[in-house]
Amino acid sequence: MPPGAQNSESLLHSFAVQRRVIGALLMREILTRYGRHNIGFLWLFVEPMLFTVGVTAIWTATKAIHGGNLPITAFAITGYSSVLLWRNMPARCIASIEPNAALLHHRNVKIIDIFISRVLVEMMGASISFFGLTIFFHFIGWTELPEDIITLLLGWLSIAWFGAALAIFLGALAERSELVDKLWHPLAYLLFPFSGAGFIVDSTPQAFQNFLYFFPMVHGVEIVRDGYFGSAFHPHYDVAYLVCFCLVLSLLAVMEVRVATRNVVPST
Amino acid sequence: MIRLTDVSRSYRTRHGSKRVLNRVGLTVHRGDKLGVLGRNGAGKSTLIRMISGAELPDSGTVERTMSVSWPLAFGGAFQIALTGLDNLRFICRVYGVPFEDKIDRVDDFAELGRYLREPVRSYSAGMRARLAFAISMLIEFDCFLIDEVVAVGDARFHQKCLVELFEKRADRAMIIVSHDPGYIREHCNLAAVLSNGHLSRYDSVDEAFESYSAEIA
Repeated sequence: MPPGAQNSESLLHSFAVQRRVIGALLMREILTRYGRHNIGFLWLFVEPMLFTVGVTAIWTATKAIHGGNLPITAFAITGYSSVLLWRNMPARCIASIEPNAALLHHRNVKIIDIFISRVLVEMMGASISFFGLTIFFHFIGWTELPEDIITLLLGWLSIAWFGAALAIFLGALAERSELVDKLWHPLAYLLFPFSGAGFIVDSTPQAFQNFLYFFPMVHGVEIVRDGYFGSAFHPHYDVAYLVCFCLVLSLLAVMEVRVATRNVVPST
Repeated sequence: MIRLTDVSRSYRTRHGSKRVLNRVGLTVHRGDKLGVLGRNGAGKSTLIRMISGAELPDSGTVERTMSVSWPLAFGGAFQIALTGLDNLRFICRVYGVPFEDKIDRVDDFAELGRYLREPVRSYSAGMRARLAFAISMLIEFDCFLIDEVVAVGDARFHQKCLVELFEKRADRAMIIVSHDPGYIREHCNLAAVLSNGHLSRYDSVDEAFESYSAEIA
């Protein structure tokens, strides 16, 4: 089939086209963001690493945790990496269409592809940072390796799912109202204390726990920590709630993307 | 073949909804050269986006049984933070064609020299147009959409564009939108006038030209 032909496109062909487009956008995204100067695309994970190392150092130095005898380094890495994972994806998807609107002249480039490529870039950066630091801190003897890597991975993926769905939903919603852009930054900041990054649920008062369970990322972080050092504390999470939350949010995201696809006009 | 049936499209504005295309119908066959005349703001670019598939109509259908280009002469379908070469790679990746053997061709046509490896934002308008056109010619389509291709560039560039489009690709269909009747007269054998959201086909370019002249008079 010649490039650009659209009739009798099978689902498989559409899938191949979309993968190609997302791949092209991914390369472009990394190039435009990090360029070819100094360490180039390595910033993709060096930046989140610097954040996490800084926070880990501060938390380790001040022992600023509520929860007794936890492995402080592992606690800090899991907590802060998780926050970076779900918080950076929305920040990158909001207001991402306008600078890319010219590319929408190519029929196969859809706004969902722009969102997906940005979500993937963030996810790669946060993941390389998290797993790289885990290995690094183990190497210098500050932490043990994770106890249960499968649980840890499932927890990590669930946070990524939540972050991706939230990012695509807010990214599409931002095309309706620029308030989304204005409100996300304070909201993301205010959510931090309720994200489960700076404490474990078990160490908080019962009344506060019931409130915390509303936040999906609390469940996600608890799963990640269960996988990392589950024998050192009593984790609290509800997988069914987390999955339901993410499913509903994904559905809202898909609906909002449909609306945005209708309303966004390719421009120069 | 490309067939638009009862295509309508409205946009939200501050003063409510504005209908830009109103039940537009159009058929273009392989090899047709269709010129669409219309004043600024008549909806020519919207029509082009409907044909290319970059946008979907509110109602009506668009059928394509041939491959259709993106609107040429759009310096816009590029990323100015990237180099000319990176843009070339991006477009080739999106359309699934290899780019290694294409670099020399773009280099020859666009005559950018070392600027091919500089960010597009450092280009002059003429350089951008040359790059845009050179990259457009890398992907072969059955139908080319041309949106005011002659707007920028010098005489030598225009001449090269004419050779690429109307001599080397004389067998392809072309849809040219313009507010300049001269260009359409020269290159098209079919013509239509877009006015107030309605598209009217004329049997000859001259008739379309007369109708358009009466409108702008």
